[in-house]
Amino acid sequence: MKARQVLVPLAAVVVFLVLWEALVWVMGWPNYKMASPSDLIPAYEKYWSLFLIMGWQTLWRTIVGLLLAVIFGTGLGMVMGFSRTMRDALYPLLVGFNAVPKATVVPIVALMFVGWHDFNTVLIAFMISFFPIAVSVSIGLSTLEPEYRDILRSLGASQAQVFWKIALPKTLPEFFGALKVSVTLAFIGTNLMEIVSPHGRGLGALFDSGKTNSDYPLMFAVLIALAFLGIVLYYIVVALEKIFAGWADRTV
Amino acid sequence: MENLIEIKGVRHSYRTASGPLPVLDGLDVTVPEGGFVAVVGPSGCGKSTLTRLVAGLLIPDEGTVNVHGTRITAPRSNVGMAFQNPVLLEWRTILDNVMLPLEIVPNKLTKAQGEDRARKLLALVGLEGFESKRPSELSGGMKQRASLCRALIHQPEVLILDEPFGALDAFTREDLWQTMHKVKAEEPFTGVLITHDLRESIFLADQVVVLSGRPAKTQFVMDIPDTGLRTLEDLYTPLAAERLNVLRHQIEVAQGRVAA
Ligand SMILES: Nc1ncnc2c1ncn2[C@@H]1O[C@H](COP(=O)(O)OP(=O)(O)OP(=O)(O)O)[C@@H](O)[C@H]1O
Ligand SMILES: [Mg+2]
Repeated sequence: MKARQVLVPLAAVVVFLVLWEALVWVMGWPNYKMASPSDLIPAYEKYWSLFLIMGWQTLWRTIVGLLLAVIFGTGLGMVMGFSRTMRDALYPLLVGFNAVPKATVVPIVALMFVGWHDFNTVLIAFMISFFPIAVSVSIGLSTLEPEYRDILRSLGASQAQVFWKIALPKTLPEFFGALKVSVTLAFIGTNLMEIVSPHGRGLGALFDSGKTNSDYPLMFAVLIALAFLGIVLYYIVVALEKIFAGWADRTV
Repeated sequence: MENLIEIKGVRHSYRTASGPLPVLDGLDVTVPEGGFVAVVGPSGCGKSTLTRLVAGLLIPDEGTVNVHGTRITAPRSNVGMAFQNPVLLEWRTILDNVMLPLEIVPNKLTKAQGEDRARKLLALVGLEGFESKRPSELSGGMKQRASLCRALIHQPEVLILDEPFGALDAFTREDLWQTMHKVKAEEPFTGVLITHDLRESIFLADQVVVLSGRPAKTQFVMDIPDTGLRTLEDLYTPLAAERLNVLRHQIEVAQGRVAA
Protein backbone atom coordinates (compact mmCIF):
# COMPACT_ATOMS: atom_id res chain seq x y z
CA MET A 1 0.00 0.00 0.00
CA LYS A 2 1.29 3.43 -0.90
CA ALA A 3 1.81 6.12 1.72
CA ARG A 4 -0.70 8.25 -0.17
CA GLN A 5 -3.46 5.72 0.48
CA VAL A 6 -2.94 6.08 4.25
CA LEU A 7 -1.99 9.74 4.52
CA VAL A 8 -4.75 11.24 2.39
CA PRO A 9 -7.69 9.70 4.30
CA LEU A 10 -5.93 10.46 7.59
CA ALA A 11 -5.46 14.10 6.59
CA ALA A 12 -9.15 14.25 5.64
CA VAL A 13 -10.10 13.02 9.12
CA VAL A 14 -7.86 15.61 10.79
CA VAL A 15 -9.32 18.41 8.64
CA PHE A 16 -12.81 17.19 9.51
CA LEU A 17 -12.06 17.23 13.28
CA VAL A 18 -10.49 20.69 13.09
CA LEU A 19 -13.49 22.10 11.18
CA TRP A 20 -15.85 20.48 13.69
CA GLU A 21 -13.95 21.96 16.63
CA ALA A 22 -13.88 25.38 14.94
CA LEU A 23 -17.58 25.27 14.12
CA VAL A 24 -18.59 24.52 17.71
CA TRP A 25 -16.20 27.20 18.99
CA VAL A 26 -17.34 29.90 16.53
CA MET A 27 -21.03 29.21 17.07
CA GLY A 28 -20.51 29.02 20.81
CA TRP A 29 -22.69 25.89 21.02
CA PRO A 30 -23.10 24.32 24.45
CA ASN A 31 -22.26 20.65 25.04
CA TYR A 32 -25.83 19.40 24.83
CA LYS A 33 -26.30 20.94 21.43
CA MET A 34 -23.07 19.77 19.89
CA ALA A 35 -20.04 18.42 21.68
CA SER A 36 -16.68 19.23 20.12
CA PRO A 37 -13.79 16.82 19.56
CA SER A 38 -11.92 18.27 22.53
CA ASP A 39 -14.87 17.33 24.78
CA LEU A 40 -14.65 13.74 23.57
CA ILE A 41 -11.14 13.07 24.81
CA PRO A 42 -12.15 13.23 28.49
CA ALA A 43 -15.09 10.94 27.74
CA TYR A 44 -12.77 8.34 26.19
CA GLU A 45 -10.31 8.71 29.09
CA LYS A 46 -13.03 8.19 31.67
CA TYR A 47 -14.78 5.24 30.03
CA TRP A 48 -12.04 3.59 27.95
CA SER A 49 -12.53 0.14 29.45
CA LEU A 50 -16.29 0.38 28.86
CA PHE A 51 -15.64 1.39 25.28
CA LEU A 52 -13.48 -1.70 24.76
CA ILE A 53 -15.99 -4.09 26.36
CA MET A 54 -19.04 -2.58 24.68
CA GLY A 55 -17.26 -2.15 21.35
CA TRP A 56 -16.37 -5.83 21.38
CA GLN A 57 -20.00 -6.74 22.17
CA THR A 58 -21.22 -4.70 19.23
CA LEU A 59 -18.55 -6.03 16.93
CA TRP A 60 -18.95 -9.75 17.51
CA ARG A 61 -22.74 -9.65 17.37
CA THR A 62 -22.66 -7.69 14.14
CA ILE A 63 -20.19 -10.15 12.63
CA VAL A 64 -22.17 -13.21 13.72
CA GLY A 65 -25.38 -11.69 12.34
CA LEU A 66 -23.57 -10.89 9.13
CA LEU A 67 -22.14 -14.40 8.79
CA LEU A 68 -25.63 -15.84 9.21
CA ALA A 69 -26.89 -13.37 6.60
CA VAL A 70 -24.16 -14.47 4.19
CA ILE A 71 -24.97 -18.16 4.66
CA PHE A 72 -28.74 -17.75 4.52
CA GLY A 73 -28.68 -15.04 1.85
CA THR A 74 -26.39 -17.06 -0.41
CA GLY A 75 -28.51 -20.18 0.03
CA LEU A 76 -31.72 -18.29 -0.69
CA GLY A 77 -30.08 -16.54 -3.63
CA MET A 78 -28.98 -19.89 -5.05
CA VAL A 79 -32.46 -21.36 -4.77
CA MET A 80 -33.99 -18.30 -6.44
CA GLY A 81 -31.21 -18.03 -9.01
CA PHE A 82 -31.43 -21.58 -10.25
CA SER A 83 -35.20 -22.13 -10.11
CA ARG A 84 -37.62 -19.83 -11.87
CA THR A 85 -40.52 -21.25 -9.88
CA MET A 86 -38.82 -20.57 -6.56
CA ARG A 87 -37.95 -17.06 -7.72
CA ASP A 88 -41.56 -16.32 -8.65
CA ALA A 89 -42.74 -17.81 -5.35
CA LEU A 90 -40.26 -16.17 -2.99
CA TYR A 91 -39.71 -12.75 -4.51
CA PRO A 92 -42.94 -11.06 -3.33
CA LEU A 93 -42.47 -12.50 0.16
CA LEU A 94 -38.92 -11.27 0.30
CA VAL A 95 -39.74 -7.80 -0.96
CA GLY A 96 -42.61 -7.51 1.50
CA PHE A 97 -40.39 -8.64 4.32
CA ASN A 98 -37.76 -6.11 3.35
CA ALA A 99 -40.30 -3.31 3.06
CA VAL A 100 -41.24 -3.54 6.75
CA PRO A 101 -39.19 -0.85 8.53
CA LYS A 102 -36.89 -2.75 10.85
CA ALA A 103 -37.23 -0.07 13.52
CA THR A 104 -40.75 -1.44 14.08
CA VAL A 105 -39.53 -5.03 14.23
CA VAL A 106 -36.86 -4.31 16.82
CA PRO A 107 -39.22 -3.74 19.79
CA ILE A 108 -41.28 -6.77 18.78
CA VAL A 109 -38.26 -9.05 18.69
CA ALA A 110 -36.99 -7.49 21.92
CA LEU A 111 -40.25 -8.52 23.60
CA MET A 112 -40.51 -11.93 21.90
CA PHE A 113 -37.17 -13.12 23.18
CA VAL A 114 -36.92 -10.97 26.25
CA GLY A 115 -33.79 -11.72 28.26
CA TRP A 116 -31.98 -13.28 25.30
CA HIS A 117 -30.09 -10.15 24.49
CA ASP A 118 -27.29 -11.69 22.42
CA PHE A 119 -29.76 -13.75 20.44
CA ASN A 120 -32.04 -10.75 19.82
CA THR A 121 -29.23 -8.58 18.63
CA VAL A 122 -27.74 -11.16 16.30
CA LEU A 123 -31.21 -11.92 14.96
CA ILE A 124 -31.92 -8.30 14.06
CA ALA A 125 -28.46 -7.82 12.52
CA PHE A 126 -29.14 -10.91 10.44
CA MET A 127 -32.71 -9.99 9.45
CA ILE A 128 -31.79 -6.54 8.33
CA SER A 129 -28.78 -7.55 6.25
CA PHE A 130 -29.51 -10.77 4.34
CA PHE A 131 -31.75 -9.18 1.72
CA PRO A 132 -29.11 -7.49 -0.48
CA ILE A 133 -27.02 -10.67 -0.43
CA ALA A 134 -29.94 -12.90 -1.46
CA VAL A 135 -30.94 -10.53 -4.26
CA SER A 136 -27.43 -10.09 -5.63
CA VAL A 137 -26.67 -13.82 -5.64
CA SER A 138 -29.99 -14.68 -7.27
CA ILE A 139 -29.56 -12.01 -9.95
CA GLY A 140 -25.95 -13.04 -10.53
CA LEU A 141 -26.97 -16.65 -11.08
CA SER A 142 -30.10 -16.04 -13.13
CA THR A 143 -28.37 -13.62 -15.49
CA LEU A 144 -25.51 -15.99 -16.24
CA GLU A 145 -25.27 -16.05 -20.04
CA PRO A 146 -26.46 -19.44 -21.32
CA GLU A 147 -23.22 -19.90 -23.26
CA TYR A 148 -21.25 -20.10 -20.00
CA ARG A 149 -23.47 -22.91 -18.84
CA ASP A 150 -23.38 -24.63 -22.25
CA ILE A 151 -19.58 -24.65 -22.40
CA LEU A 152 -19.47 -26.83 -19.30
CA ARG A 153 -22.71 -28.74 -19.72
CA SER A 154 -21.76 -29.89 -23.22
CA LEU A 155 -18.75 -31.58 -21.59
CA GLY A 156 -21.06 -33.50 -19.29
CA ALA A 157 -20.52 -31.28 -16.24
CA SER A 158 -22.94 -31.56 -13.31
CA GLN A 159 -24.97 -28.64 -11.96
CA ALA A 160 -22.60 -28.55 -8.99
CA GLN A 161 -19.59 -28.20 -11.29
CA VAL A 162 -21.29 -25.41 -13.21
CA PHE A 163 -21.92 -23.68 -9.89
CA TRP A 164 -18.42 -24.01 -8.44
CA LYS A 165 -16.44 -23.44 -11.64
CA ILE A 166 -18.47 -20.63 -13.17
CA ALA A 167 -21.61 -19.38 -11.47
CA LEU A 168 -20.11 -18.75 -8.03
CA PRO A 169 -16.90 -16.98 -9.09
CA LYS A 170 -18.80 -14.97 -11.66
CA THR A 171 -21.21 -13.75 -8.98
CA LEU A 172 -18.49 -12.74 -6.50
CA PRO A 173 -18.17 -9.08 -7.57
CA GLU A 174 -21.91 -8.51 -7.13
CA PHE A 175 -21.83 -10.48 -3.91
CA PHE A 176 -19.17 -8.21 -2.44
CA GLY A 177 -21.04 -5.12 -3.62
CA ALA A 178 -24.03 -6.38 -1.67
CA LEU A 179 -21.90 -7.36 1.31
CA LYS A 180 -20.69 -3.76 1.66
CA VAL A 181 -24.29 -2.63 1.94
CA SER A 182 -25.09 -5.48 4.32
CA VAL A 183 -22.22 -4.64 6.66
CA THR A 184 -23.66 -1.19 7.24
CA LEU A 185 -27.17 -2.56 7.62
CA ALA A 186 -26.13 -5.25 10.11
CA PHE A 187 -24.37 -2.59 12.13
CA ILE A 188 -27.52 -0.49 12.23
CA GLY A 189 -29.50 -3.56 13.29
CA THR A 190 -27.16 -4.34 16.17
CA ASN A 191 -27.28 -0.78 17.44
CA LEU A 192 -31.04 -0.47 17.20
CA MET A 193 -31.44 -3.52 19.38
CA GLU A 194 -28.79 -2.39 21.85
CA ILE A 195 -30.48 0.98 22.25
CA VAL A 196 -34.03 -0.35 22.54
CA SER A 197 -33.36 -3.33 24.82
CA PRO A 198 -33.66 -2.61 28.53
CA HIS A 199 -30.40 -3.66 30.21
CA GLY A 200 -28.77 -3.95 26.79
CA ARG A 201 -25.08 -4.15 26.18
CA GLY A 202 -22.82 -2.86 23.44
CA LEU A 203 -22.09 0.62 22.16
CA GLY A 204 -25.81 1.22 21.60
CA ALA A 205 -26.47 0.63 25.30
CA LEU A 206 -23.58 2.93 26.19
CA PHE A 207 -25.17 5.57 23.99
CA ASP A 208 -28.48 5.04 25.78
CA SER A 209 -26.88 5.43 29.21
CA GLY A 210 -25.25 8.66 28.02
CA LYS A 211 -28.71 9.86 27.08
CA THR A 212 -30.20 8.84 30.43
CA ASN A 213 -27.44 10.63 32.33
CA SER A 214 -27.42 13.67 30.05
CA ASP A 215 -23.74 12.92 29.38
CA TYR A 216 -23.64 14.54 25.95
CA PRO A 217 -19.92 14.18 25.27
CA LEU A 218 -20.32 10.44 25.96
CA MET A 219 -23.09 10.21 23.37
CA PHE A 220 -20.95 11.92 20.76
CA ALA A 221 -17.98 9.76 21.75
CA VAL A 222 -20.10 6.67 21.10
CA LEU A 223 -21.07 8.00 17.68
CA ILE A 224 -17.43 8.40 16.78
CA ALA A 225 -16.58 4.94 18.10
CA LEU A 226 -19.42 3.50 16.00
CA ALA A 227 -18.14 5.29 12.93
CA PHE A 228 -14.69 3.86 13.61
CA LEU A 229 -16.02 0.29 13.96
CA GLY A 230 -18.09 0.76 10.81
CA ILE A 231 -15.00 1.82 8.89
CA VAL A 232 -13.02 -1.16 10.18
CA LEU A 233 -15.76 -3.63 9.16
CA TYR A 234 -16.16 -2.01 5.78
CA TYR A 235 -12.47 -2.22 5.00
CA ILE A 236 -12.32 -5.84 6.10
CA VAL A 237 -14.90 -6.52 3.39
CA VAL A 238 -12.91 -4.45 0.90
CA ALA A 239 -9.80 -6.49 1.71
CA LEU A 240 -11.71 -9.77 1.24
CA GLU A 241 -13.06 -8.44 -2.04
CA LYS A 242 -9.54 -7.67 -3.25
CA ILE A 243 -8.48 -11.22 -2.47
CA PHE A 244 -11.46 -13.08 -3.93
CA ALA A 245 -12.77 -10.78 -6.65
CA GLY A 246 -9.79 -8.58 -7.43
CA TRP A 247 -9.92 -9.76 -11.05
CA ALA A 248 -13.09 -7.74 -11.58
CA ASP A 249 -11.31 -4.45 -10.86
CA ARG A 250 -10.49 -2.88 -14.21
CA THR A 251 -9.28 0.48 -12.90
CA VAL A 252 -5.65 -0.62 -12.57
CA MET B 1 -15.88 -42.52 -45.10
CA GLU B 2 -18.15 -43.28 -42.19
CA ASN B 3 -20.60 -40.58 -41.18
CA LEU B 4 -19.61 -39.24 -37.81
CA ILE B 5 -22.64 -37.01 -37.32
CA GLU B 6 -26.03 -38.06 -38.65
CA ILE B 7 -29.05 -35.85 -38.18
CA LYS B 8 -32.18 -37.43 -39.65
CA GLY B 9 -35.71 -36.09 -39.90
CA VAL B 10 -35.36 -33.88 -36.86
CA ARG B 11 -38.32 -31.85 -35.70
CA HIS B 12 -38.25 -29.62 -32.71
CA SER B 13 -40.48 -26.98 -31.09
CA TYR B 14 -39.74 -24.68 -28.19
CA ARG B 15 -42.48 -24.31 -25.60
CA THR B 16 -43.11 -20.59 -25.25
CA ALA B 17 -45.68 -18.54 -23.39
CA SER B 18 -47.69 -18.18 -26.60
CA GLY B 19 -47.69 -21.90 -27.41
CA PRO B 20 -45.21 -24.19 -29.16
CA LEU B 21 -42.80 -22.52 -31.59
CA PRO B 22 -41.75 -24.97 -34.32
CA VAL B 23 -38.08 -24.34 -35.03
CA LEU B 24 -36.83 -27.38 -36.91
CA ASP B 25 -38.98 -29.47 -39.25
CA GLY B 26 -37.34 -32.05 -41.43
CA LEU B 27 -33.69 -31.38 -40.80
CA ASP B 28 -31.14 -33.72 -42.36
CA VAL B 29 -27.41 -33.14 -42.04
CA THR B 30 -24.61 -35.66 -42.25
CA VAL B 31 -20.96 -34.98 -41.60
CA PRO B 32 -18.36 -37.61 -42.50
CA GLU B 33 -15.46 -38.25 -40.16
CA GLY B 34 -12.96 -35.44 -40.64
CA GLY B 35 -15.52 -33.39 -42.57
CA PHE B 36 -16.28 -29.75 -41.98
CA VAL B 37 -19.83 -28.65 -42.71
CA ALA B 38 -20.94 -25.04 -42.76
CA VAL B 39 -24.59 -24.31 -42.01
CA VAL B 40 -26.09 -21.07 -43.28
CA GLY B 41 -29.66 -19.81 -43.17
CA PRO B 42 -31.86 -16.84 -42.35
CA SER B 43 -31.52 -15.24 -38.94
CA GLY B 44 -33.53 -17.03 -36.26
CA CYS B 45 -34.20 -20.10 -38.40
CA GLY B 46 -32.84 -22.56 -35.85
CA LYS B 47 -29.09 -22.84 -36.48
CA SER B 48 -28.06 -22.53 -32.84
CA THR B 49 -30.78 -25.03 -31.97
CA LEU B 50 -29.05 -27.44 -34.33
CA THR B 51 -25.75 -27.05 -32.47
CA ARG B 52 -27.49 -27.68 -29.14
CA LEU B 53 -28.90 -30.91 -30.56
CA VAL B 54 -25.49 -32.15 -31.66
CA ALA B 55 -24.01 -31.25 -28.26
CA GLY B 56 -26.76 -33.20 -26.50
CA LEU B 57 -27.94 -30.09 -24.68
CA LEU B 58 -31.36 -30.51 -26.30
CA ILE B 59 -33.25 -33.66 -27.25
CA PRO B 60 -35.37 -33.34 -30.42
CA ASP B 61 -39.10 -33.96 -30.32
CA GLU B 62 -38.79 -36.26 -33.33
CA GLY B 63 -36.02 -37.74 -35.44
CA THR B 64 -32.53 -38.79 -34.42
CA VAL B 65 -29.14 -37.26 -33.86
CA ASN B 66 -26.36 -39.83 -33.99
CA VAL B 67 -22.67 -39.36 -33.34
CA HIS B 68 -20.49 -42.36 -34.19
CA GLY B 69 -23.65 -44.40 -34.61
CA THR B 70 -24.75 -43.70 -31.02
CA ARG B 71 -27.98 -41.84 -30.48
CA ILE B 72 -27.39 -38.63 -28.51
CA THR B 73 -29.69 -38.35 -25.52
CA ALA B 74 -27.51 -36.36 -23.12
CA PRO B 75 -24.36 -34.24 -23.25
CA ARG B 76 -21.24 -36.31 -23.81
CA SER B 77 -17.72 -35.16 -23.26
CA ASN B 78 -16.69 -35.64 -26.91
CA VAL B 79 -17.69 -32.20 -28.20
CA GLY B 80 -15.96 -28.86 -28.10
CA MET B 81 -17.94 -25.65 -28.51
CA ALA B 82 -17.13 -22.05 -29.37
CA PHE B 83 -19.64 -19.24 -29.76
CA GLN B 84 -19.79 -15.69 -31.05
CA ASN B 85 -19.34 -14.65 -27.43
CA PRO B 86 -15.95 -16.11 -26.41
CA VAL B 87 -17.20 -16.63 -22.80
CA LEU B 88 -13.75 -16.78 -21.26
CA LEU B 89 -13.64 -16.77 -17.45
CA GLU B 90 -12.32 -13.39 -16.35
CA TRP B 91 -10.82 -14.70 -13.12
CA ARG B 92 -8.60 -17.20 -14.88
CA THR B 93 -5.50 -16.71 -16.98
CA ILE B 94 -5.68 -17.62 -20.66
CA LEU B 95 -3.80 -20.84 -19.96
CA ASP B 96 -6.21 -21.85 -17.18
CA ASN B 97 -9.15 -20.95 -19.39
CA VAL B 98 -7.92 -23.24 -22.11
CA MET B 99 -7.40 -26.04 -19.59
CA LEU B 100 -10.92 -25.79 -18.16
CA PRO B 101 -12.38 -28.77 -20.08
CA LEU B 102 -9.64 -31.03 -18.69
CA GLU B 103 -11.09 -30.39 -15.22
CA ILE B 104 -14.47 -31.76 -16.36
CA VAL B 105 -13.77 -34.40 -18.97
CA PRO B 106 -12.26 -37.68 -17.76
CA ASN B 107 -8.80 -37.87 -19.32
CA LYS B 108 -5.46 -39.52 -18.92
CA LEU B 109 -3.37 -36.36 -19.08
CA THR B 110 -1.39 -35.28 -16.03
CA LYS B 111 -1.59 -31.62 -15.12
CA ALA B 112 1.81 -31.00 -16.71
CA GLN B 113 0.82 -32.82 -19.90
CA GLY B 114 -2.41 -30.85 -20.08
CA GLU B 115 -0.50 -27.63 -19.66
CA ASP B 116 1.93 -28.65 -22.40
CA ARG B 117 -0.93 -29.35 -24.73
CA ALA B 118 -2.59 -26.03 -23.90
CA ARG B 119 0.65 -24.16 -24.61
CA LYS B 120 1.05 -26.00 -27.88
CA LEU B 121 -2.49 -25.09 -28.97
CA LEU B 122 -2.03 -21.46 -27.94
CA ALA B 123 1.17 -21.30 -29.98
CA LEU B 124 -0.64 -22.89 -32.93
CA VAL B 125 -3.25 -20.09 -32.99
CA GLY B 126 -0.61 -17.40 -32.47
CA LEU B 127 -1.12 -16.69 -28.78
CA GLU B 128 2.36 -17.60 -27.62
CA GLY B 129 3.39 -15.27 -24.80
CA PHE B 130 -0.20 -14.57 -23.69
CA GLU B 131 -0.57 -17.67 -21.51
CA SER B 132 -0.57 -15.81 -18.21
CA LYS B 133 -2.62 -12.81 -19.37
CA ARG B 134 -6.22 -12.25 -18.30
CA PRO B 135 -9.00 -12.30 -20.93
CA SER B 136 -9.61 -8.57 -20.36
CA GLU B 137 -6.10 -7.90 -21.68
CA LEU B 138 -6.84 -9.54 -25.05
CA SER B 139 -8.51 -8.16 -28.18
CA GLY B 140 -11.72 -9.68 -29.53
CA GLY B 141 -9.87 -11.74 -32.13
CA MET B 142 -7.37 -13.02 -29.57
CA LYS B 143 -10.18 -14.03 -27.24
CA GLN B 144 -11.75 -16.05 -30.05
CA ARG B 145 -8.41 -17.76 -30.64
CA ALA B 146 -8.23 -18.69 -26.96
CA SER B 147 -11.82 -19.89 -27.03
CA LEU B 148 -10.95 -22.12 -29.99
CA CYS B 149 -8.06 -23.65 -28.03
CA ARG B 150 -10.40 -24.37 -25.13
CA ALA B 151 -12.81 -26.11 -27.52
CA LEU B 152 -9.97 -28.35 -28.80
CA ILE B 153 -7.94 -29.09 -25.66
CA HIS B 154 -9.69 -32.39 -24.84
CA GLN B 155 -9.42 -33.62 -28.45
CA PRO B 156 -13.16 -33.70 -29.05
CA GLU B 157 -14.58 -35.82 -31.84
CA VAL B 158 -16.87 -32.98 -32.85
CA LEU B 159 -16.08 -29.29 -32.95
CA ILE B 160 -19.15 -27.05 -32.91
CA LEU B 161 -18.61 -23.44 -33.92
CA ASP B 162 -21.64 -21.13 -33.65
CA GLU B 163 -20.74 -17.94 -35.53
CA PRO B 164 -17.37 -17.74 -33.77
CA PHE B 165 -16.11 -14.94 -36.01
CA GLY B 166 -19.41 -13.07 -36.33
CA ALA B 167 -18.44 -10.16 -34.10
CA LEU B 168 -14.99 -9.57 -35.56
CA ASP B 169 -13.92 -7.02 -38.16
CA ALA B 170 -13.29 -8.25 -41.72
CA PHE B 171 -9.48 -8.35 -41.50
CA THR B 172 -9.36 -10.15 -38.17
CA ARG B 173 -11.94 -12.58 -39.49
CA GLU B 174 -9.83 -13.44 -42.54
CA ASP B 175 -6.82 -13.94 -40.25
CA LEU B 176 -8.83 -16.39 -38.20
CA TRP B 177 -10.01 -18.27 -41.30
CA GLN B 178 -6.40 -18.96 -42.13
CA THR B 179 -5.72 -19.96 -38.55
CA MET B 180 -8.61 -22.43 -38.82
CA HIS B 181 -6.97 -24.11 -41.79
CA LYS B 182 -3.71 -24.34 -39.89
CA VAL B 183 -5.48 -25.81 -36.87
CA LYS B 184 -7.36 -28.34 -38.98
CA ALA B 185 -4.10 -29.54 -40.52
CA GLU B 186 -2.40 -29.96 -37.12
CA GLU B 187 -5.37 -31.07 -35.02
CA PRO B 188 -7.80 -32.88 -37.30
CA PHE B 189 -11.43 -32.59 -36.19
CA THR B 190 -14.93 -33.13 -37.51
CA GLY B 191 -16.69 -29.80 -37.50
CA VAL B 192 -19.99 -28.00 -37.78
CA LEU B 193 -19.70 -24.29 -38.44
CA ILE B 194 -22.69 -21.98 -38.18
CA THR B 195 -22.12 -18.75 -40.05
CA HIS B 196 -23.80 -15.76 -41.67
CA ASP B 197 -20.87 -15.20 -43.99
CA LEU B 198 -21.09 -17.07 -47.29
CA ARG B 199 -17.46 -16.38 -48.15
CA GLU B 200 -16.48 -17.88 -44.81
CA SER B 201 -18.58 -20.97 -45.53
CA ILE B 202 -16.96 -21.73 -48.90
CA PHE B 203 -13.48 -20.89 -47.65
CA LEU B 204 -13.57 -23.14 -44.59
CA ALA B 205 -16.03 -25.94 -45.20
CA ASP B 206 -16.12 -28.90 -47.55
CA GLN B 207 -19.90 -28.83 -47.60
CA VAL B 208 -22.35 -25.94 -47.19
CA VAL B 209 -25.89 -26.65 -45.99
CA VAL B 210 -28.56 -23.99 -46.50
CA LEU B 211 -31.48 -24.13 -44.09
CA SER B 212 -34.92 -22.79 -44.99
CA GLY B 213 -36.64 -20.13 -42.91
CA ARG B 214 -38.22 -21.12 -39.60
CA PRO B 215 -39.21 -23.90 -39.13
CA ALA B 216 -35.96 -24.95 -40.75
CA LYS B 217 -35.45 -27.95 -42.99
CA THR B 218 -32.46 -28.77 -45.14
CA GLN B 219 -33.11 -26.76 -48.29
CA PHE B 220 -29.92 -27.04 -50.27
CA VAL B 221 -26.52 -28.73 -50.04
CA MET B 222 -23.38 -27.66 -51.89
CA ASP B 223 -20.17 -29.67 -51.89
CA ILE B 224 -16.89 -27.80 -52.01
CA PRO B 225 -14.45 -30.46 -53.25
CA ASP B 226 -11.06 -30.39 -51.61
CA THR B 227 -8.52 -28.90 -53.99
CA GLY B 228 -5.58 -28.76 -51.64
CA LEU B 229 -4.50 -25.70 -49.75
CA ARG B 230 -7.01 -22.84 -49.92
CA THR B 231 -5.87 -19.25 -50.00
CA LEU B 232 -7.81 -16.01 -49.70
CA GLU B 233 -7.17 -15.41 -53.40
CA ASP B 234 -9.35 -18.44 -54.13
CA LEU B 235 -12.29 -16.33 -52.99
CA TYR B 236 -11.86 -14.03 -55.97
CA THR B 237 -11.95 -16.65 -58.73
CA PRO B 238 -14.90 -17.09 -61.13
CA LEU B 239 -15.64 -20.46 -59.51
CA ALA B 240 -15.96 -18.84 -56.08
CA ALA B 241 -18.13 -16.07 -57.49
CA GLU B 242 -20.44 -18.66 -59.03
CA ARG B 243 -20.72 -20.61 -55.77
CA LEU B 244 -21.45 -17.46 -53.82
CA ASN B 245 -24.15 -16.53 -56.33
CA VAL B 246 -25.85 -19.90 -56.01
CA LEU B 247 -25.72 -19.72 -52.21
CA ARG B 248 -26.98 -16.14 -52.14
CA HIS B 249 -29.91 -17.16 -54.30
CA GLN B 250 -30.68 -20.05 -51.94
CA ILE B 251 -30.62 -17.71 -48.95
CA GLU B 252 -33.07 -15.39 -50.69
CA VAL B 253 -35.33 -18.34 -51.31
CA ALA B 254 -35.02 -19.34 -47.66
CA GLN B 255 -35.95 -15.82 -46.65
CA GLY B 256 -39.00 -16.04 -48.89
CA ARG B 257 -37.87 -13.07 -50.96
CA VAL B 258 -37.78 -14.96 -54.26
CA ALA B 259 -39.39 -18.18 -55.53
CA ALA B 260 -37.17 -21.27 -55.82
N1 LIG C 1 -34.92 -21.50 -25.24
C1 LIG C 1 -35.80 -21.02 -26.15
N2 LIG C 1 -37.10 -20.89 -25.84
C2 LIG C 1 -37.97 -20.42 -26.75
N3 LIG C 1 -37.65 -20.04 -27.99
C3 LIG C 1 -36.36 -20.14 -28.36
C4 LIG C 1 -35.37 -20.63 -27.45
N4 LIG C 1 -34.18 -20.61 -28.09
C5 LIG C 1 -34.42 -20.12 -29.32
N5 LIG C 1 -35.73 -19.84 -29.50
C6 LIG C 1 -36.36 -19.35 -30.73
O1 LIG C 1 -36.16 -20.33 -31.71
C7 LIG C 1 -35.82 -19.74 -32.95
C8 LIG C 1 -34.51 -20.30 -33.44
O2 LIG C 1 -33.49 -19.96 -32.53
P1 LIG C 1 -31.96 -20.20 -32.86
O3 LIG C 1 -31.17 -19.55 -31.80
O4 LIG C 1 -31.73 -21.65 -33.09
O5 LIG C 1 -31.81 -19.42 -34.24
P2 LIG C 1 -30.50 -19.06 -35.05
O6 LIG C 1 -30.71 -19.56 -36.43
O7 LIG C 1 -29.29 -19.51 -34.34
O8 LIG C 1 -30.56 -17.47 -35.06
P3 LIG C 1 -29.36 -16.44 -35.29
O9 LIG C 1 -29.06 -16.47 -36.72
O10 LIG C 1 -29.96 -15.13 -34.88
O11 LIG C 1 -28.24 -16.88 -34.42
C9 LIG C 1 -35.77 -18.25 -32.71
O12 LIG C 1 -36.96 -17.70 -33.21
C10 LIG C 1 -35.69 -18.10 -31.23
O13 LIG C 1 -36.40 -16.95 -30.83
MG1 LIG D 1 -27.66 -18.49 -33.38
